[in-house]
Amino acid sequence: MSMLENDKDYWRWQESCWIDERRDWRTARIVSAGIDIGSVSSQAVVCVDGELYGYHSMRTGGSSPDSARKVIDALLARSGMAIENLHYLVGTGYGRINIPFAHKTLTEIACHARGANYMAGPSVRTLLDMGGQDCKVIRCDERGKVERFLMNDKCAAGTGRGMEVIADLLKIPVVELGERSFAIDAEPPAVSSICVVFARSEALGLIKAGYTKNKVIAAYCQAMAERVVSLIKRIGVEQEFFITGGIAKNSGVVKRIERLLGVESIHTKYDSQIAGALGAALFGHTLMQKQTKES
Amino acid sequence: MIHCGIDVGSRSIKLVFVEEAATGLAVRARHILFPGELDLADAATQAYTDGLSATGIDAAQVATVMATGAFRKLVDCADDDVTEVSSAARGAAFVCPVARTVIEVGAEEVRVVKNDAAGHALDFSANDKCASGAGSFAESMARALQLSLADFGAAAMRSTTVIPMNARCTVFAESEVVSLIHAATPVEDIARSVIDALAGRVAAMARRIGGDGATDAVLIGGMVNNPAFVRALRESPGVGCLHLPEFPEYVGALGAALIAAERNRSHEHA
Repeated sequence: MSMLENDKDYWRWQESCWIDERRDWRTARIVSAGIDIGSVSSQAVVCVDGELYGYHSMRTGGSSPDSARKVIDALLARSGMAIENLHYLVGTGYGRINIPFAHKTLTEIACHARGANYMAGPSVRTLLDMGGQDCKVIRCDERGKVERFLMNDKCAAGTGRGMEVIADLLKIPVVELGERSFAIDAEPPAVSSICVVFARSEALGLIKAGYTKNKVIAAYCQAMAERVVSLIKRIGVEQEFFITGGIAKNSGVVKRIERLLGVESIHTKYDSQIAGALGAALFGHTLMQKQTKES
Repeated sequence: MIHCGIDVGSRSIKLVFVEEAATGLAVRARHILFPGELDLADAATQAYTDGLSATGIDAAQVATVMATGAFRKLVDCADDDVTEVSSAARGAAFVCPVARTVIEVGAEEVRVVKNDAAGHALDFSANDKCASGAGSFAESMARALQLSLADFGAAAMRSTTVIPMNARCTVFAESEVVSLIHAATPVEDIARSVIDALAGRVAAMARRIGGDGATDAVLIGGMVNNPAFVRALRESPGVGCLHLPEFPEYVGALGAALIAAERNRSHEHA
């Protein structure tokens, strides 16, 4: 627990970096990259000939251009690449307009659907993306093309940022919340407040009333799940169902969503936070192919 | 005969003692307690005991204790309770008889009440789902800027640049403030941006209830002490002539005490 000396660190989640050692970018015809600058986290993905080669995921810093540079540089350094080796780079996410070296920008809705299609396969029809500061439900076809979507970006309830606030409040590392939410004697009702600010007061009240921290976490995960499920139900859940974003790593929320919907979600080996950047890199591949054909 | 109103909010507990005087009802004393980590039920009992001893009033002199506020049901010493809407309307009519619109900005609650001359609520709107627009919004942002609430308000008054705030949610606004800090935005301009956003939310609610803003309004609650907020609210469309009472935090408790006194009187007549 030495990394948690500072009070501010309870929200901290694991940054990750991965390279597929079996692939070689030097022999690839097209090397494309995607950068997703979210409000809370940023990811870079590199694809070689339309297949995932590597990714890096980290916290978004104060400035979007710096975050974009930092996240792609970390990935390039791991793979011995220079930015000039990337044939096509697509930016997406909330900070996408601030990526100076991107060839193109695309909305994160399109990118998430495309990335999810690669990660979980063409049978995915309903995608729930639980991001740092928004929550989206996307209906897509077998090619990962968006058919409909709904989004909440006005309110922190049901977002990663909301979860971080609860982690800080209870002084429990955010990565432990899911498991702890099941270490309880009986499932409590959801906290009644939708608003994270109100939920914070409510959580303190529950602790005073004798709830264990784990039980408060359970009540909060349940509230978050109920909130998200009401959004999903407005579009309807058509299987297969897939969850991306940071909260996909929180079993306390995921299992409660599945329980409420009566539907299991697909689990993959990939980091759930890379969907947007991966979709952007895949679009980059397609765009580069088109460009090569035209010229 | 003395009546006590006790207003148990999410940040503080306010007490007002009113007394029957020759000229009608008059305020005898006020008391405030910040419960901090205390259990609210215990804190309410303590606030009442402290209030009596601090003001030198004997418990036997107090005919009625009337509770109000979000946690009014937790007050053991109360004889009865009234809603925050009723107490705000009644208290506001006492401190500012001309105002037909009461704008209350508490720590977690924002409320706009339309009242009649006697202090009866005719209509109201409140933020029951979302903390945006409430005082805690300013409180969290002041904390992010490492300023006291008083310094936060004063800083906003010095700002010369208007920066619109995108976030509506308090939690998101906090991230936005952090980004502005990273971008080396002057603290004064950030403070103003926050306060303007807050005033915008409150004014929107006032427009829904008060209409075109042609009527006089009174602002109650702790945000009266923030000059930048008052300025921003006065400049907002839909807010008419805005009156600021003395002791704005105590208006709810005052209203509860006045309602207690009136009920008592009507019982005696009956």
